[in-house]
Amino acid sequence: MSSAVNRRPAPSPAPSDAPEALAPETQRALYRLLVELRYTEKRAYDLFLQNLIKGTSHLALGQEAVAAGFGHAMQKDDYTFCTYRGHDHTLARGASITGVLGELMGRQCGLLAGKGGSMHLTSVEHGVMGSYAIVGAHIPIAIGAAWSAQYRGTRQAAVAFFGDGTTNIGAFHEAINMAAVWKLPAVFVCENNLYMEYTPIRSVTAVDHPAADRAASYGLPSIIVDGNDVEAVYRVARQALALARDGGGPSLIECKTYRHSGHSRADPAKYRPPEEVQAWMERDPVPAYRRQLLAAGMAESVLAEIERVAMAAVDQATETAKASPPPELASAFTDVWADGGAAWRN
Amino acid sequence: MAELSYRDAVAAGIAQEMERDERVVFLGEDIGAAGGVFKATVGLVDRFGPRRVRDTPISELAILGAAMGAAMTGLRPIAEIMFSDFLACCWDYVANEISKTRYMTNGQFTMPLVIRTANGAGSRFGAQHSQSVENWAMAIPGIKVVAPSTPADVKGLLAAAIRDPDPVLFFEHKSLYGMKGEVPDGEHVESLGHAKVLRRGDDITIVALAAMVPRALQAAEILASQHRISATVIDLRCLVPLDTQTILAEVIRTGRLFTVEENPRLCGWGAEISSIVTEECFYDLDQPVVRITTPHIPLPAADALEDAVIPSVGRIVQEVLRAADFRPRSANGL
Repeated sequence: MSSAVNRRPAPSPAPSDAPEALAPETQRALYRLLVELRYTEKRAYDLFLQNLIKGTSHLALGQEAVAAGFGHAMQKDDYTFCTYRGHDHTLARGASITGVLGELMGRQCGLLAGKGGSMHLTSVEHGVMGSYAIVGAHIPIAIGAAWSAQYRGTRQAAVAFFGDGTTNIGAFHEAINMAAVWKLPAVFVCENNLYMEYTPIRSVTAVDHPAADRAASYGLPSIIVDGNDVEAVYRVARQALALARDGGGPSLIECKTYRHSGHSRADPAKYRPPEEVQAWMERDPVPAYRRQLLAAGMAESVLAEIERVAMAAVDQATETAKASPPPELASAFTDVWADGGAAWRN
Repeated sequence: MAELSYRDAVAAGIAQEMERDERVVFLGEDIGAAGGVFKATVGLVDRFGPRRVRDTPISELAILGAAMGAAMTGLRPIAEIMFSDFLACCWDYVANEISKTRYMTNGQFTMPLVIRTANGAGSRFGAQHSQSVENWAMAIPGIKVVAPSTPADVKGLLAAAIRDPDPVLFFEHKSLYGMKGEVPDGEHVESLGHAKVLRRGDDITIVALAAMVPRALQAAEILASQHRISATVIDLRCLVPLDTQTILAEVIRTGRLFTVEENPRLCGWGAEISSIVTEECFYDLDQPVVRITTPHIPLPAADALEDAVIPSVGRIVQEVLRAADFRPRSANGL
């Protein structure tokens, strides 16, 4: 079987080569996604403070470029698998803001009609195959979808997003090994935000780059990308997706990024040095891309209009979700089984 | 009718379903070229090819995760976990993922997959390769639980499990793999959730599962021939869905219920049945429900010890005779 796991070189051209400029409509689409994700996630935070969102939530403020870059690179029928920090990845595939905020608020209009909550956002019609709340659990599930695509010959790819902490859990290693041996059309995307929950990833990991340095174990090239550079993410995503579709097997990509808030609602993130936070805030992917586009000649009015439209969409979604009723109580007893019910006896 | 062994019925059931449905795929450790460590899957890779019968690394998380992802995207996978004890290595998929994803997503997915696994004692493999863990699975909403006792049921219930739109945990009993029995010719499919009354008696009802079924039948023979006690024996076959109607009807008729369970005592399936019977037909009972189980201990390896703790034919007979104030209904006119 070892011949099935031939090591192959890094995709060419390497992401660091001076790339061709993206088309303006691509750039606008990427910026639109960035601001939509940013505004929605900030709104989620506000709704928490108003106690309109209960439970917990894991915000991805600061990590939008990964979701936007991949979300825009993926085809409509590709599969997204993400973690409990999955609001952005769900939105980036086109799921509605109302559906996301409604689910966080436990309303009927939520993507899961209130039965899943923040950590389980799913929208099959948009290729969002679930958000998984057990660290690493979705990586084997994603390779199953990739196996299915390979078996059915559909040229779909499955993309699994996960944090740096996931690279130390067994499911990560089992799944990437099997995906490499079976040459599955899968892309594994590590969002390395430097902290596994509260603890610095470097203090609990034997290598410097928790994902990229493990790639060699599975015959895969080491790929590291600036996860705060939406265009860099978009380019590497396109390469990895093309490789997957062409039968070249999986890729493991480490995106360096940073979350602006704590691990979850309960975490004020006091464990992070202020100078580190400051340095990363200066590299905030949303204003950074705005500056880049302005410098490249995009009109301020174009960007302002994208922002205005995104904010209006978030405002509208917020009002719609607030007006939505809580779920029907009877729904607690539906869809345990495929027949729609919950009966375990006759 | 053809005579098949319980192990050959496994391969026959899988082959029957792979033949009729291209979406059925099969993955697990040593299932292909090696034909399975219990030789229950011999010949499948030759017949259906390595594209559909895939040997995996020793990676239980990847096996069940991949089966789930495939089931969510249009296939109908069968995953083998070599020993049921190893389910503990990938229990997240059983307890958190496969069983709950349909519910959590408000019905966006169906999860048509089967997890086959070798369960139970009798092979002297010790505490990590001999357990009966069907009650672990029974405690989780969202997964069906099947445990056949005959070759015919292996084929028929496995086929039903593969066709079922919901996830099914299918427990094969490793001490029964060598058992032979008649299996209907041609396509054979049973339905899930129906217990089978194997013999009907008037005095007591014995409910058993998997390897305890032949023991319960032998005990019933002895009770009839040596003690003039006439026993109904029910093969439960499925724990979820649970055929409570069949159980309640027989208990109401006989007034006395004995469960024979291979699992350790606490929270065995018999406890749930006892609870249901007590709640729903208490005034039809002539005596307390008696649970005959393995004691609440890890399983010892030595044959003498293993034989002493798993419910035996002798122990079933003894327990029935010892049941307080036992008088057959046929003798006291009830």
